[in-house]
Amino acid sequence: MSSVSDWDVPNPVKENRSGLIGKGVDRYEGPLKVTGTAPYAYEVQPPSPPAYGVMVGATIAAGRITDVDTAAAEASPGVLAVWTHRNVPAQPPRGTKAHPRSTAGSKPALESDRVTYWGQPVAFVVADTLENAVAASHMVQLTYAADAPDVDFQARLGDAVDPPGEKDVEVGDFQAGFEGSPVRLDETWSTPIQNHVQMEPCASLAWWEGPDRCIAHTSVQMVKPAQHGLAETLGIDRDAVHLMTRYIGGGFGGKGQTYDDLTLAALAARALGRPVKVAFTRQQMMHGTIHRPATVMRVRLGAERDGRLNAMSIMTWTHCHSDGSFTEHASNFARSLYAAPNRLTGHRLVRLDLPHAGPMRAPGEASGTLSLECAMDELAETLGLDPVELRIRNEPEVDPENGRPFSQRQLVRCLKEGAQLFGWDRRLPTPGQVRDGRWLVGLGMAAAIRGNFLLPAKCSFSVDADGVITVRQGMTDIGTGTYTVLAQIAAETLGVPLGQVVVEIGDSELPPAPGSGGQFGAATAGSAALAAGVNLRKAIADLAVNDPGSPLHGGDSASVTFQDGVVALENRSETLRDLVRRAAPAGLTVEGEIRPAQDAQRWSTQTYGAHFCEVGVDPVTGEVRVRRMLGVFAAGRILNAKTARSQLTGGMIWGVASALTEGNAVDPRYGSLINQDLAQYLVPVQADIGDLEAIMLDEVDDKANPMGIKGVGELGNSGAGAAVANAVYNACGVRLRDYPITPDKLLAGLIAAGR
Amino acid sequence: MKTTITVNGQARSLDLDPRTTLLDALREHLRLTGAKKGCDHGQCGACTVLVNGVRINACLSLAVMHDGDEVLSIEGVGAPGSLHPVQQAFLSQDAFQCGYCTPGQICSTLGLLAEIAAGHPSQETPSDAPPVLSDAEIRERMSGNICRCSAYPQIVAAIRQAAEALA
Repeated sequence: MSSVSDWDVPNPVKENRSGLIGKGVDRYEGPLKVTGTAPYAYEVQPPSPPAYGVMVGATIAAGRITDVDTAAAEASPGVLAVWTHRNVPAQPPRGTKAHPRSTAGSKPALESDRVTYWGQPVAFVVADTLENAVAASHMVQLTYAADAPDVDFQARLGDAVDPPGEKDVEVGDFQAGFEGSPVRLDETWSTPIQNHVQMEPCASLAWWEGPDRCIAHTSVQMVKPAQHGLAETLGIDRDAVHLMTRYIGGGFGGKGQTYDDLTLAALAARALGRPVKVAFTRQQMMHGTIHRPATVMRVRLGAERDGRLNAMSIMTWTHCHSDGSFTEHASNFARSLYAAPNRLTGHRLVRLDLPHAGPMRAPGEASGTLSLECAMDELAETLGLDPVELRIRNEPEVDPENGRPFSQRQLVRCLKEGAQLFGWDRRLPTPGQVRDGRWLVGLGMAAAIRGNFLLPAKCSFSVDADGVITVRQGMTDIGTGTYTVLAQIAAETLGVPLGQVVVEIGDSELPPAPGSGGQFGAATAGSAALAAGVNLRKAIADLAVNDPGSPLHGGDSASVTFQDGVVALENRSETLRDLVRRAAPAGLTVEGEIRPAQDAQRWSTQTYGAHFCEVGVDPVTGEVRVRRMLGVFAAGRILNAKTARSQLTGGMIWGVASALTEGNAVDPRYGSLINQDLAQYLVPVQADIGDLEAIMLDEVDDKANPMGIKGVGELGNSGAGAAVANAVYNACGVRLRDYPITPDKLLAGLIAAGR
Repeated sequence: MKTTITVNGQARSLDLDPRTTLLDALREHLRLTGAKKGCDHGQCGACTVLVNGVRINACLSLAVMHDGDEVLSIEGVGAPGSLHPVQQAFLSQDAFQCGYCTPGQICSTLGLLAEIAAGHPSQETPSDAPPVLSDAEIRERMSGNICRCSAYPQIVAAIRQAAEALA
């Protein structure tokens, strides 16, 4: 049985003899990205000129297509194909798995006359040029029998049901604990639909090598499910799809799955006998790919007068697509955060005629902390306690939900060090007291928590006759730094300079890894890489001690060291390059593998942080400006100080946006999202962000994985928006529980408060 | 329509559908895919290039409008083995993550530095003094280039580093 204790042995990452682990080295693929020479999916040059596919979205949210007129589109210049459900090539029914071990089933495009969300791809045009395809796409005439769209989330809250297979989780007796508490809070928060808005809209390019082999480039976070799903959809063997995703222009969870661009590109390339590429437009991305669903969260806190919680509850209502079951688990994070003997958490789900809900950066925590972490701020004010102190008083010794010991928990240190560095002691507890010119200035804080995960993965390492180490893994880099940390692990493990490492990822023919998501990427992919590196060290050491031509010949292979491109045994040494060139001129390749330890569940393993924020509120316009922000985080050993910091600051800015600007409004008449572009869906720009810093505490979590690292990609987002909202309250005395905190709402609050 | 555009110092003769944007001409006809398509509506800035030294959104401009113009795209700024100081600064400061907005950010930076040098004011410029390269000026002038990975603090640091290197 595998155990976390198996990891309790020295390894090259822990020893870090070259000092590359943790070092803030520049991104491996950075020179390509800053010169525009990293080819994203739509930019790969196919073997012959591509045709251009354009998708047409439905203009109803629910109903059926009753008539199709494609004559004008087909007669339009340059058009090669016009498809609807009536003439799209046959595809196996949705979910078909001809191969029982496929990681995804068939996802047919244009599968029927049924429309289940506004913007659903319902027609597809291919032409010789993009301009001709776009023009013809406007000529496709579809007639619908529309049903009244069922999209009003707030109106349907009463119909919500338990998510499939889920029940509320109660510890102790919540109701009794709550009612018996001398100080109580019972408030409700709401968050809107949010969209990932990756800078690169989803795009695919496909061509065929003969009738049986499909080459596909797409933009996706998980390689194997993309490959398997496409093969199942095309009705061909899984190995007959070679899927690549080398550079990905942002993912954030929205590219955790493939969409109809991939299916249609591959089908059209087969039908037309030439490469076809298809991209979503920015507007199509809003409906046609997944979104973070809206939530309503009721938070109840019952406390003693000294601040200790007797009772804590978050209940979350959320929504998903009419055929779906995705649930935004906005209550789950609270199960491990604060001590309280009586606890109740759970979720309710409403199925609506809205597009598909799905995971978006820090699913659960991103929404959930926007309620609980503001509730804690409100409770602190009621109790006359400092919000930092209230959290410290509710620090649990073990996981309060299940009694498991924490593998590592430095939340209090994050809170205390953050407070000191930020100058938290300058905060005045009574809101609306600090002016800077026309601005009311306030400070706010919030805690951050996000789970940590380890999944099964493989990796291969090769060394060639030039002493170059090549890492190969079916992993992805969505901007997270995967290329770079894999190169660091390889260089550190084999004792070679970074310039002597090649990293090949994003390819279905490489050893499988689960991809990027859930902030499990670096731990999972990196642990497999470490295993491969250790195996390659062993193979090289064996090669050296068994080669009569090596100065290491006859020695103990377990004592061979690797540093500065040299393999050594006590005072005997030679370069790695000389050894391989002589003793294994064809090179060596080995695999490594990581699996979760079977006893890992004995510990509660999370990442933690604390956010501190200063905002200015203009009482005349209701404008909020984030003036400065600090996050202090504890997330295990850090592989790369530079890229990890960027992940954390990026997540913090996502939090700012969730508090102040982001959200899709639903048009109840049509079931569409009203704001469909970047002029109306407001993600932050430079001028929205002031001084912002992220600090990482020293930590090693030896229960997490062999490297003692944890993820940081989502942690920065958790709690950041609540810190902003709490700062807004401290600045101006207006508490808004309906996100985002826009000037119109804030002005109404200021007027109501007589300010 | 026949159009000749000087791209990265080289005259390129094209026969284009007049509906072709400058962005699609670069990406699909000249295979210069460094300028990115993020929105096709001039809202994200990923397609930023310099035309006759001035930064524009290439997606909002038809290629045939640029007959005789000089276009500088990211490919003309520097190459992986010979980075321009702005590119080096973006790399050193980790001023990008996914990299998709990066060519636009870098071209926009070149435009910004030229505008400051020429004394063009922005909303952040005092009415009685020429603009200086303050953080507020950088943030104001770079707000047409969205970075969803949100490398904004790192981009400000990169632009400061680049300005020092170029001084």
